[in-house]
Amino acid sequence: MTTSTIAHDVTYLEAISQALDEEMSQDERVFLMGEDIGPYGGAFRVTEGFQQRYGQWKVLDTPLSESGIVGAAIGAAMMGMRPVVEMQFADFISCAFDQITEMAAKNHYRWGAEVPLVIRAPYGGGTHGGPFHSICPEAWFFHTPGLKLVAPSTAYDAKGLLKAAIRDPNPVIYFEHKFLYRRIKDILPIEDFIVPIGEAEIKRTGRDLSIITYGAMVHVALEAAETLDQEGIDMEVVDLRTLSPLDTGTLKDSVRKTGKVIILHEDTKTGGIGGEIAAILAEECFNALDAPIMRIAAPDIPVPYSPPLEEFFLPKTNDVIIAARQLAAY
Amino acid sequence: MEISQNEFLHLYYYLRLTRALEERVATLYRQGRIVGGVYTSHGMEAISVGYASALQTEDIIAPFHRDMGAFLVRGITPGEVLAQYLGKRTGPTKGKDGNVHMGDLKRGIFAFVSHLADNLPVATGAALAFKIRGESRIVATNTGDGGTSRGDFHEALNFASVLRLPVVFFCNNNQYAYSTPLHHQMAIKDVVERAKAYAIPGEIVDGNDVASVYLTAKRAFQRARAGEGPTFIECKTMRMHGHSEHDSAKYVPRELLEEWKKKDPILKAERMLKESGYADESDFHETKMKVDKEIEAGLEFAEHSPLPEGPEALEGVFAANHIEVLI
Ligand SMILES: Cc1ncc(C[n+]2csc(CCOP(=O)(O)OP(=O)(O)O)c2C)c(N)n1
Repeated sequence: MTTSTIAHDVTYLEAISQALDEEMSQDERVFLMGEDIGPYGGAFRVTEGFQQRYGQWKVLDTPLSESGIVGAAIGAAMMGMRPVVEMQFADFISCAFDQITEMAAKNHYRWGAEVPLVIRAPYGGGTHGGPFHSICPEAWFFHTPGLKLVAPSTAYDAKGLLKAAIRDPNPVIYFEHKFLYRRIKDILPIEDFIVPIGEAEIKRTGRDLSIITYGAMVHVALEAAETLDQEGIDMEVVDLRTLSPLDTGTLKDSVRKTGKVIILHEDTKTGGIGGEIAAILAEECFNALDAPIMRIAAPDIPVPYSPPLEEFFLPKTNDVIIAARQLAAY
Repeated sequence: MEISQNEFLHLYYYLRLTRALEERVATLYRQGRIVGGVYTSHGMEAISVGYASALQTEDIIAPFHRDMGAFLVRGITPGEVLAQYLGKRTGPTKGKDGNVHMGDLKRGIFAFVSHLADNLPVATGAALAFKIRGESRIVATNTGDGGTSRGDFHEALNFASVLRLPVVFFCNNNQYAYSTPLHHQMAIKDVVERAKAYAIPGEIVDGNDVASVYLTAKRAFQRARAGEGPTFIECKTMRMHGHSEHDSAKYVPRELLEEWKKKDPILKAERMLKESGYADESDFHETKMKVDKEIEAGLEFAEHSPLPEGPEALEGVFAANHIEVLI
């Protein structure tokens, strides 16, 4: 019996496990690779019990070699396999940088070779991980043509996007937020479903302004929206879900409706995805805007360890409330 | 005995200090007072104490995450370490980083980054500076067995060997990398085999024998100082705790731990000290009391130190002035 036959509250982390389990059981080409994912079940226990179920060649413990892991996954993918590799922490993805940006991303463009590869990247702060176990590295890859990037904020999206990523013929980096692993739950459908890559979702509709965000910050935005609602400010929450390619249509529709927009991300501000979204909206929705585009993001520093410093670093509900009030006043 | 009484007592003191400090850190973690990860060198203290003690003040270390002894030998105080773990402003990183991710150029310590083996090419670069300037200073650096699977490890060894740089590479081979046993990490039996590919002389030492580590390190440091290039020293040991304090390490066979428990570096040092007539039980007791007092004082300092305030997070991204730090 696979866990997917049970329709109960499923955590974000369980949703990821379910997606892997279902795709592995219905597609022989899918296999997992990473450090300590076998008998140990991974640093976060996403693949607990998988090696017993699927055997050591389908749930492969590797040497401590991120570049080797990703490179090998690319080779296997080009030979018709569907590797899903785990970075123990997203931070260590930098050790595999050129395999991702030079090999995986450019193969199809240069010579037509498909690289159906998924890299799972447990990312994000709020867990006292310090500078090397907390980062949001999506912008490094956002700038690289040929990569798809997804970043679910709910258990439903976590499952649906991972299944879509595994079925996608391109390299996909799947950013799973560590803070959400055991903190949020959804009731998931029993039937097979995917969340298509490239589609944002309105997580809360609103009239007065839009907030565009993704990952753990979706929950910050939703919480702020509740408070703002009591003040008579009706904020629409747009969850990108896919960071690349961006669903610009949904973003523009929302901004054309509300005329005001905040872009919120946990990643640091300069060079973050928010800057690109702001530019797109300025280029394409200028006439619809009633106020300046606002960005809320972490300051341009490494993620600090000490609780008061980390707390200072992370964007907070109150930051959103203050910005929304300013926008509403226009 | 190739090692004097004073030298051995120094080594013993630092073994005890390291053990006591990390035990206190583990307790603080279990009490929920340390919020970040805790990786101890329990049962492996002889490696970092041994190599760091064989260095001279002007030398540099680029340690890894199980080298607490080296920090202490280089003069980081228990109070500073505890302040670092507790995220206090008085820790070496002022709360910006946690656990053993700390450095201080004035005391010749490069700070470790989590990305394993990233410290090795950097250690090599420090040695390059010494070579270019014709100084007789050297560098000691360390990695786990797991870390040797990364490209940076191999690039560092090759680079150092081709340029005959004054750097000595240690490997703490504690049989496991997180849950991964050595035979899943590499197809060779001894990590030291890796050095051959780079024409670097390699040695294997009992990593639980502080005197052996110390003496082997000393010889390698002499070679390096004499311009004869790098050495690779594999220190055989065993990780006696989980990977970090949250990990129960069920994947490690209990018998293996029992076996290694008998080879505890502190017990071993005490046996040797007694046999050589350098010290007896009352000296051991005295050292233990002294060390415990230091830890208490350190904890007092750390606990009374202030946490940083939020906006301090913004400080220090860029260097403002050139500060002449090197000795
Ligand atoms: C590049 C990189 N990948 C993964 C990790 C996560 N990680 C931290 S320690 C560790 C095991 C390290 O094993 P080893 O090098 O043998 O040192 P030990 O902890 O056993 O002393 C892993 C996988 C990391 N820190 N860096």
